[in-house]
Amino acid sequence: MRFGVVVFPGTWSDCDFHYVISEVLHQPVRYVWHRERTLNELDCVILPGGFSYGDYLRAGAVAGRSPVVEALREFVAGGGLVLGSCNGFQILCEAGLLPGVLTRNECLQYRCQSSHLVVENVDTPFTRGLRAGQVLTMPISHGEGKYYADAETLARLKQQNLVVFRYADADGRITKASNPNGSLDNIAGVVNPEGTVLGLMPHPERASESAIGGTDGLLMFQSLLGSLVEDGSFLKR
Amino acid sequence: MRGAEPKVTLDLALEAGLTAEEYDRILSRLRREPTYAELGLFSALWSEHCAYKHSRVFLSRLPQSGPHVLQGPGENAGAVDIGDGWAVVFKIESHNHPSYIEPFQGAATGVGGILRDIFTMGARPIAILDSLRFGDPDDPKTRALVNGVVSGISWYGNCFGCPTVGGEIAFAPDYAGNPLVNVMCVGLVRADQIFRARAEGPGNPVFYVGNKTGRDGIHGATMASATFDEHAEERRPTVQVGDPFTEKLLLEACLEVMRTGAVVGIQDMGAAGLACCTSEMPARSGTGMDVELSRVPQRETGMTPYEILLSESQERMLLVAARGREEEVRRVFARWELDAVEIGRVTEGSELTARLHGEVVARVPVELLAEAPKYRKPTAEPAWLAERRAFDPLTLPEPSDYTAALAELLASPTIASKEWAFRQYDQQVGINTLVLPGSDAAVLRVKGTRRALAVSTDGNGRQVFLDPRQGAAMAVCEAARNVSCSGGDPRGVTDCLNFGSPERPEILWQFAEAIEGIAMACRALDLPVVGGNVSFYNETSGRAVLPTPVIGVVGVLEESGRRATQWFKGAGHRVALLGPDSVSLGGSEYLWVRQGKLAGRLAPLDLETEGRVQRAVRAAVSAGLCTAAHDCSEGGVAVALAEGCVTGRELVGCEATVPAGGRADLTLFGEGPSRVVVTVEAARAREFEALMAESAIPWRWIGATGGERLVIRVGSAVVIDADTSQLEAAWRTGFERHVA
Repeated sequence: MRFGVVVFPGTWSDCDFHYVISEVLHQPVRYVWHRERTLNELDCVILPGGFSYGDYLRAGAVAGRSPVVEALREFVAGGGLVLGSCNGFQILCEAGLLPGVLTRNECLQYRCQSSHLVVENVDTPFTRGLRAGQVLTMPISHGEGKYYADAETLARLKQQNLVVFRYADADGRITKASNPNGSLDNIAGVVNPEGTVLGLMPHPERASESAIGGTDGLLMFQSLLGSLVEDGSFLKR
Repeated sequence: MRGAEPKVTLDLALEAGLTAEEYDRILSRLRREPTYAELGLFSALWSEHCAYKHSRVFLSRLPQSGPHVLQGPGENAGAVDIGDGWAVVFKIESHNHPSYIEPFQGAATGVGGILRDIFTMGARPIAILDSLRFGDPDDPKTRALVNGVVSGISWYGNCFGCPTVGGEIAFAPDYAGNPLVNVMCVGLVRADQIFRARAEGPGNPVFYVGNKTGRDGIHGATMASATFDEHAEERRPTVQVGDPFTEKLLLEACLEVMRTGAVVGIQDMGAAGLACCTSEMPARSGTGMDVELSRVPQRETGMTPYEILLSESQERMLLVAARGREEEVRRVFARWELDAVEIGRVTEGSELTARLHGEVVARVPVELLAEAPKYRKPTAEPAWLAERRAFDPLTLPEPSDYTAALAELLASPTIASKEWAFRQYDQQVGINTLVLPGSDAAVLRVKGTRRALAVSTDGNGRQVFLDPRQGAAMAVCEAARNVSCSGGDPRGVTDCLNFGSPERPEILWQFAEAIEGIAMACRALDLPVVGGNVSFYNETSGRAVLPTPVIGVVGVLEESGRRATQWFKGAGHRVALLGPDSVSLGGSEYLWVRQGKLAGRLAPLDLETEGRVQRAVRAAVSAGLCTAAHDCSEGGVAVALAEGCVTGRELVGCEATVPAGGRADLTLFGEGPSRVVVTVEAARAREFEALMAESAIPWRWIGATGGERLVIRVGSAVVIDADTSQLEAAWRTGFERHVA
């Protein structure tokens, strides 16, 4: 499986994703510069965390209109897989590739802490190796991670089962106390209706080695690899 | 020369912070009056901040070399070999004055400045630690300062993408008018690819790279070289404004251009900006420099040569490239959308020539700028010190409830959990952090090797106040001990020396004594000081801060998996106390929290014992014998045990017995050097005992982990008996309730 990790000016999780994909998963991976317009040879594009273009406007607003994101639309239309984490999720929402927006944390402060996620949707290539209701532990690190969508969008998300992860406590209960940023309905990650574009605020690449934050993040990558290795159906869609 | 700028007179020189003698020296060396721009150069480069005028004669006492040292003081940062072809580059710096005037930007640009010091050496920054001191935690102004400083650090470090992994936050009323913001940065570089701030090779082009120049921060260096009065806020325009995004681009562009081989030398434009780089770089190489100021990228119009030379706009570097390879430099910076403009050349001779549209506005020998006068001002032990030291804390009443006293100490904002601050910092980016903030030292792996680094900063102003020499030595010991407790072998020191005005004999005495103490401890522990920073004039309206040397230590773990953290790991582990019994309530947290008193004598420090204890704990940790290891510092052995119980992911109880003798508050809360609490699995107790016997240190088993309570006996009497969840609540909320 060929991965691409997008580098915007101000991206900082690029090296971490690159490391996990090449050194832990032993998969081919290359960096994709933000001005690139050709993604054809890739199977999965990662939009990593950071402060793309400084994020001095809304987080992800400038990157959402960058050349590589324009190319991403075509890539997605052709069935390519996209994983956006942290700033990557913000960019996908700003680009309209995922529904909703990410706004300033309710506490008005940056939050870097461990979080628990309950898996809601296992019908995506990113989560099909997981169990519905399974609780994952992954760190978050963001100042603008409060998910919001209007009532109509939220109803559609629920109806189409597009919410993939929700913040929960260690036992998988969805509580206000376990919501680190004030996200609507504790939403931590959503997917497009085709199941090919996933965005989440937590950092799976920081939970992919037992010495560093556990291996729950790796489960997502392993699902992804399994999806492609086993049938490749998501590529041909 | 230009007529638009003021004529230079003695009055103007005095206003610029120079003394009459210094101005005379300039006149006699130049054999003419300086131009206004030249006066600016001298004012900045001869400021205390840039020139260490009052401290240089003392700093030479510090041991600066050793088998692992690749770069000692005098460059942007120090560098130490860590094996496998890697070097660690590190330094600590203060941004105290700007942070008081404008806490958010002051702290943010403090982070920015130290990051640049690391990556100008060719190293990628992998960790930030912040050592912060504030005034009375109950003062609303303190709350505003803490919030401003923490959010400034958070904003800059997070956006740049370097994890903040450690540091300390402590409070004392003496810091009210002068908070301390010391930032340490650690970076990694291949040992044979370290870059230096040199301007070799006459004819080589000089590039200005990075952010554009504005009028911000002009006189920053001179502002940091004077004390404050009630008009401190009026100095706000001297504080720089940070842009962490541009800094990130500058990092990537610098590391990329260094890989091309086109870079001869590079220096961060920090304090005194372009003036500093264009004189220090050639001065180090025995060359000169000729620069055209109109080519400097500017974001304001009508800037004068004086302003361009002295601006402290952030995120800029001066880079000397190899002649003929200019295009390679331009290409890299263009890719990162940053300015890279050739502003001049390295020259033969030893003069800095600055021009504006071809006309010379300054021409000064670089060694004259770089060689500021050195002073050895008088020192005198403060008259009040003997009386403070003579106080016997045991004349005060004993607490009636020791369990309550322990909870009170855990809730003291200096001891309590700093999670409120640390959760605002990205602690993991780079995926190297093996031990997150909250243990004795942070531990970071070195990818591609089996090794890891342990890093800690420490400095107890109260102890240094009562006994500058021993207190400073104890700061070195504590930082090194924290690294040792984590399993690291201390390799090098960086120091940030925060003091009042050196023009006062009692302050300079504190400074000189502290240097002796640091030197003494570093020699005993075989630790070179490879870089650091002196911050004088930390006083407002005549009131100085507690003398606060902050010591940063970096250590190496040969096996990253052989490390320890401070919290207990479950029931049934035996608890040992390593080190001597001698402790004191003099200058202790206990005496401060209960009595509001800063007085008494420190417990004796024996540097040989200190070294042996550290070697013993390192040996035990690296043999995998310790399930936890924790230094006894503020609050004594009782607080160390309580922290073992409550600071981990799960609460773990403990029963311990310490020998009777003297008052229980002295035994439990007394502070003394060279003491460490460790836990050992019962099955490995024999092995541990054998290792301790070999180490020839005083030590004893004091108890075992388990249950839900912390029970401490002194002799046979139960003195503390507390529910761990109650202790945890005190510890968890003690800091946050003051600052949130």
